[in-house]
Amino acid sequence: MSKKLLEVNDLKINFKTYAGIVQAVRGVSFELYEGETLAIVGESGSGKSVTSNSIMKLIPQPPGIYAGGEILFDGRDLVPLSEKEMAKVRGNDIAMIFQDPMTALNPTMRVGRQITEVILKHNKNVSNAEAKERAIKLLDLVGIPMPEKRFRQFPHEFSGGMRQRVVIAIALAADPKLLIADEPTTALDVTIQAQILELMKDIQKKSNTSIIFITHDLGVVANVADRVAVMYAGQIVEYGTVNDIFYNPRHPYTWGLLGSMPDLKNNVKEELRTIPGSPPDLIHPPKGDAFAARNEYAMAIDYEQEPPMFKISDTHYAKTWLLHPDAPEVPIPDQVQQRIDGYLKEAEENGK
Amino acid sequence: MLKYILKRLGYILIALYLIVTATFFLMQLAPGSPFASERDFPPQIEAQLNAKYGLDNPWYIQYKDYLIDTVTFDFGESMKYKGRSTNDMITESFPISLTLGIEAMLLSVGFGILLGVIAALYHNKFPDYLASTIAVLGISVPSFILAGLMQYFIAFKLDLLPVSGWKGFQYSILPAFAIAITHMGFIAKLTRSSMLEQSSSDYVKMARAKGLGKWTTVFKHTLRNALLPVVTYLGPLTAGVVTGSFIIEQIFAIPGLGKHFVTSITNRDYTVIMGTTVFYSIILLFAVLIVDILYSVIDPRIKLKGAKK
Repeated sequence: MSKKLLEVNDLKINFKTYAGIVQAVRGVSFELYEGETLAIVGESGSGKSVTSNSIMKLIPQPPGIYAGGEILFDGRDLVPLSEKEMAKVRGNDIAMIFQDPMTALNPTMRVGRQITEVILKHNKNVSNAEAKERAIKLLDLVGIPMPEKRFRQFPHEFSGGMRQRVVIAIALAADPKLLIADEPTTALDVTIQAQILELMKDIQKKSNTSIIFITHDLGVVANVADRVAVMYAGQIVEYGTVNDIFYNPRHPYTWGLLGSMPDLKNNVKEELRTIPGSPPDLIHPPKGDAFAARNEYAMAIDYEQEPPMFKISDTHYAKTWLLHPDAPEVPIPDQVQQRIDGYLKEAEENGK
Repeated sequence: MLKYILKRLGYILIALYLIVTATFFLMQLAPGSPFASERDFPPQIEAQLNAKYGLDNPWYIQYKDYLIDTVTFDFGESMKYKGRSTNDMITESFPISLTLGIEAMLLSVGFGILLGVIAALYHNKFPDYLASTIAVLGISVPSFILAGLMQYFIAFKLDLLPVSGWKGFQYSILPAFAIAITHMGFIAKLTRSSMLEQSSSDYVKMARAKGLGKWTTVFKHTLRNALLPVVTYLGPLTAGVVTGSFIIEQIFAIPGLGKHFVTSITNRDYTVIMGTTVFYSIILLFAVLIVDILYSVIDPRIKLKGAKK
């Protein structure tokens, strides 16, 4: 097994608002090994972006508060670090790819300088000419044609997909060990999405970078991730390898997510399933299991006591009372099972 | 670029023509004459004076004469101050107003942007409240009150700077401050709100994610994008400030251009009115042109119409 790069233990992030304290992240723990891709999925407001931003300490404080937990990067806890120490980590050890490439680049600065800026900041003995050379190489690496010419252009002269490539080039500029991609393909159209995902996989293979991939698109997850963490209401509710999550999901929320993914191949006439209700108010998180109110399999205990993480296998954990030995057997809903069978069939065909 | 500038120069000429025409007819409509404030003349003398300045001609002849004067930039002799040409009056007093104006501009832009940036960086903290308070005070306290207070405390009580007059650099400090303070407040407010708007955008977060420090991010990324509204304000500000302020020049006894704008009108000094109006218009129109060119320098997304790369 390769080296452990990142370990997040019981991380809690709160936000102070006029209405009260919002508990955006409520005790998240996960780990990430070198060269591995972890996908964090969940609906809007589940705390996935806050988790990823908090690893880089990009949460503005105030209103953000680190209410507890630790973020061990290479064995060092990032939470108590000062802004100055964090500045050395950002961009250098951990880099970030943003969701919307249309706004992530400074509109009034040449693309080249936005890349060399990172190189020069983190390598004190690199000259301007060397930095430029490296930036052009990076532009070439991320698949931008005519990098010398592009180096001197402004962001508005690039298309959306090309801008996202520039953003990736910036993220790669200082050879980070960890890349956090916050919905990097959400703002792009589908063909460009596939290209960007390909590019990221390619880069990971070359440089053995670890990636945290935030998304709400399960199709993307199946494509890129090694492991998946499903988040709901500021907590990880199910955690496992891609195969665990897609072929053997155990949490009713994961079933709901899988079921609400439009399936174009297996059953054309099927109606799109949705998860009823809406996420809970995180100013006053509900007692017991946060998902209980939307869970058709909820039991009395779900409203009383928060479930612990049940271990299903060495790699697979889920936070639901349904896994308790005393709980009744609840079979996976038919439609979700159909989906899973479909995936298995597809995987078999691809394997041949 | 050249094509764009030439086109804009054409527009400036049209604008000037309209301004000159409007001014002329407004002067014609206003009652009174340049000689009304003198002791009672015998009618013959008044007729002679009118003949001398061409005021007895029908309006279209006068209009033609004014247009010719304007085109040749020779506005003729002042009707009030005998023997002094309008051109001389402007060339004598404009350098004084210009010096004072440039000092005031530097002060208001420099301190305004600085205050605005500090306020935005420490949003809703003590430095923000302090900077915003200074800005609001600057905007709301009239310049003549501030001028009087500064003259009394700084010049008279503490004896640090001269009270009034125009004999060197130290004479310009107090009046420059008095002119600058309102504009400074306004620029600070503009910068603050524009900085706050930019600070929440993705590229600023990205700059932080690159590991850039707080101030590096501001100076390299946020400020340039935040300055567009400030630049817009600079055009009219420049024209207004470099042509002098009637009130401040009166209070500090500065022989600047500002007073001519006001006194020429109360005196019905037609040639001087026309001269100062045309002069002010030219400065304003060119300041606006320069601002428009500055836009495209600051923000590459703004392409000047008709400009080629």
